[in-house]
Amino acid sequence: MIKLEVKKNAYYDSVTLMIISKEIKKLNGVSEALVGMGTDLNKEIAQNIGVSTPELDNAVSVNDFFVAVSCESEAAFQAAIQTVEELLNKKSAAKASAYQPPTLEGALKIDPALNMAVISVPGKHAADVAQSCLDNGINVMLFSDNVTIEEEKALKNYAFEHELLVMGPDCGTAIINHVPLAFANVVKSGDIGIVAASGTGTQEVSSIIDQLGGGVSQVIGTGGRDLKKEIGGLMMKLGLDALRNDPQTKVIVLISKPPAKEIATEMLERAAKAGKPVVVCFIGGDRKEVESYGLVAAVSLEDAAHKAVALSRGERAADYTGFTMGEQQAEKQAKSIAGRMAKGQQYVRGFYTGGTLCDEAMKLMIGSLGHIYSNIPLHAEDKLPDAKGGKSREHTFLDFGDDEFTVGRPHPMIDPSLRAERVVADGKDPSCAVIMADCVIGYGSHPNPAEDLANAIQTAKAEAERAGRHLCCVCAVCGTEGDPQCLSRTQKQLEEAGAVVLPSNAQATRFVARILANLRQEG
Amino acid sequence: MSKLNELFGQQLHVVNFGIESFCDDLVSQKVDAIHVDWKPVAGGDPVAASNLRKLKKPELASKIDAANREALQRILAAKPAIVGLGIAGEVIPGMTQKTILHAGPPVTWARMCGPQRGAVIGGLIYEGLAKDPAEAEKLAASGEIKFDPCHMHDAVGPMAGVITASMPVWILENKAFGNRAYCTINEGLGKVLRFGAFDDEVLTRLRWIERELYPILKEAVAIKGEIDVKVLIAKLLQMGDEGHNRNEAGTSLLIRELVPAILRCDRTQEQKLNAYNFINGNNHTFLNISMPAMKCTLDPIFDIPYCTVVATMARNGTDFGIRIAGLGKDRWFTGEAEMVKGLYFPGYEEKDAARDMGDSCITETGGIGGFCMAAAPAIVQFVGGQVSDSIHYSTKMYEITVGEGQSYKIPALDFRGSATGIDLRKVMETGIRPVINTGIAHKNPGVGQVGAGIVYPPEECFKTALAACAEAWAK
Repeated sequence: MIKLEVKKNAYYDSVTLMIISKEIKKLNGVSEALVGMGTDLNKEIAQNIGVSTPELDNAVSVNDFFVAVSCESEAAFQAAIQTVEELLNKKSAAKASAYQPPTLEGALKIDPALNMAVISVPGKHAADVAQSCLDNGINVMLFSDNVTIEEEKALKNYAFEHELLVMGPDCGTAIINHVPLAFANVVKSGDIGIVAASGTGTQEVSSIIDQLGGGVSQVIGTGGRDLKKEIGGLMMKLGLDALRNDPQTKVIVLISKPPAKEIATEMLERAAKAGKPVVVCFIGGDRKEVESYGLVAAVSLEDAAHKAVALSRGERAADYTGFTMGEQQAEKQAKSIAGRMAKGQQYVRGFYTGGTLCDEAMKLMIGSLGHIYSNIPLHAEDKLPDAKGGKSREHTFLDFGDDEFTVGRPHPMIDPSLRAERVVADGKDPSCAVIMADCVIGYGSHPNPAEDLANAIQTAKAEAERAGRHLCCVCAVCGTEGDPQCLSRTQKQLEEAGAVVLPSNAQATRFVARILANLRQEG
Repeated sequence: MSKLNELFGQQLHVVNFGIESFCDDLVSQKVDAIHVDWKPVAGGDPVAASNLRKLKKPELASKIDAANREALQRILAAKPAIVGLGIAGEVIPGMTQKTILHAGPPVTWARMCGPQRGAVIGGLIYEGLAKDPAEAEKLAASGEIKFDPCHMHDAVGPMAGVITASMPVWILENKAFGNRAYCTINEGLGKVLRFGAFDDEVLTRLRWIERELYPILKEAVAIKGEIDVKVLIAKLLQMGDEGHNRNEAGTSLLIRELVPAILRCDRTQEQKLNAYNFINGNNHTFLNISMPAMKCTLDPIFDIPYCTVVATMARNGTDFGIRIAGLGKDRWFTGEAEMVKGLYFPGYEEKDAARDMGDSCITETGGIGGFCMAAAPAIVQFVGGQVSDSIHYSTKMYEITVGEGQSYKIPALDFRGSATGIDLRKVMETGIRPVINTGIAHKNPGVGQVGAGIVYPPEECFKTALAACAEAWAK
């Protein structure tokens, strides 16, 4: 049936009415609909689509609003009328989104005070974008990787000369003026300044500083290649000098893998002149050399945090190699876990989303194990040929953030699913005793990175149990209570899945070493 | 104290390129942060990027910048005014009895789209050159008829844009430069020649326009004197029009100018009333004023050496063509006209639509139309959008123009002058194409308008134009 409803002298915008017509047509029992003002054009359209009536043609004027519907029943028509009313009176609730300019030029028109750029565009374009920011006096955090060392050199030379930061390339973490950039944690403000060539290493140190009640003034990233000879530590120098001159900074922490000899000498000489205590964490490096300059050497990332907090409180900086739960409790627990394992369970598998954390764990553990196979091995001969597609070998540690795993997919701190699959896969290996995993929270990371991991741990443990084995999963969460994901909530999630959760990567590593030692004694 | 220590004392203002969530995190912490909708230069096309680099070499770049500033000055200085009406064959330069002007870049009869062919058929019958459609098609294909773009004859035409010798046209003059532009009288919506309809109803209306309406309008303009169109466009932007797809305010303003003069014409009451009713009954009457107004505004920028400003954008339902001021009037750079994205009238959908068509995007070329979408909230729903979308569209256009208007201002942007003077280099650099508000024609001749929406010029036009600039100027 064809039904018509007319409202005399009611004006609605034709576009609104066209949209409403479309909506009405979708209703059940409605085959055609036209909602419009009584113009000749609309009458003609009504004719064309078969909803015209003599009344529409003769009695409806250009100032009248009409609803013409071809429908199955009176009820369908009434429903249509009601929907028209609702749609006419609907106000948009969606909030206006911010305008996104397409160029730096456009962004500067909106905010001429821009002073920091975070750049994560594809590597081959990154240097151009970074240079255009530097040209405008804007500091740069360069998250992108695949920037050539020549490009890095050119950017940093320019930046050093102009006293601007180029944090990166491949720099994931910085906290400038208490603003966490990219992958960073919500750390209390305080008097410890950090310059670091490592992303997750920095997150670990700054998070533990926060957990110990300390705080940071600035956290400056340099990118992993800054201390290579080609770059000469330009950004570490710039950062170190700035922290030396910064009245808010009382203690300085330097974090890096052990640099080339001459660069190390240059940095340590410069640090020795800082006039403030400097904690140096050259992960796995030579502590004697550091101490020969009168600087404080850290034996782990956790230790660097403990020492920095102690120094900022005017206390003595002693090595921290213990357990928060206490030595005895740790040994007791490790022994009990080892005791429940089946014969043949003897290897550790470390599956990491943070590269520096993976590296640190291997360095802290290698002494007792001999070989650790990895995609980022400590010794070249321990390199796994096909880390992603192949199987683990004896003691294996994998950095899921390494290039092999990130081709065509986001970093595992954003998408931890590949790592979770590997936890389940290796849990089936009868020789696997312990699975170690990090869980990095904070800004930039997945909104709940523990979820995938917890599910995988639960599955892996249950399957091992069914096969008559006891699989132990040891985790450390890198983050703070203030992070959006929340440290204690994340830890609880993992504990509820059956993981043993330690307060730091170093403690987790020491704990696993104790389990393995117990296994060897029993074996 | 280094500059870095100064930074430690400042509030952080962050600009983010790449992963958008980094910016969201900052915004959620109430940090001042802007996300740049970054794209690789020239969409990653290495040839275009290389041409762009050539044009960016300092010496050439400063010549281009100076030329473009000159072009902007000329556009802003323009003073379009209605100075009269005339018959195409008598007033349009180069017009002959057997010339048919059409919209867009040059196109042969063989490549013309449905509605444009329909309009040509109608035009030939209207001129008495053919007695029926079959004869018209034969004549059109014979080579006897000269097809030429309106743009090559100081004219513009909406949709099919067909102008034949007997048609009355508005005459506009740019009082600052003395050049003129011509455009037919808008026939209304539905079954009309510009959508390719050519039946008796259409031809009868065209004859009525020629014999009844034209003499009255001509006399009225003569009585009234020149009408300053720049002022009308400035006003209509404050009244919810953008001068391309919405012309209700413009038409009303024009009527206010004309009616007192129409009343004084030496015609019968009925003739005057019919004339009034016709222009009043067609919301798009003013489109055929805003188009030639922008046409005569832009023409003076041709032949400024080294000027990369887009002087023309036009389409014929087959090709989209642009002309670059510094490369002259004879060089068109074309690509396949795109399908319009928009809202269809009830009963129609995209498969019914013709490709983008008409000279009406001369309005965007001059800085109104889509560039002023934020001024016309009533039609933003054509793009399925909200008012905030329209503001984004207009705001984005500042990224690709030499500067901003001084007379054409957008209330919703705090009366900011509209983005004016499209710079070819910026289009290629940002990957942002000029946004065009437009009507959608049915692909078959004579059905008429089936919807409205937005469309962009194909990237190809800009790429080939850029290459031509590099070839001409970069030694």
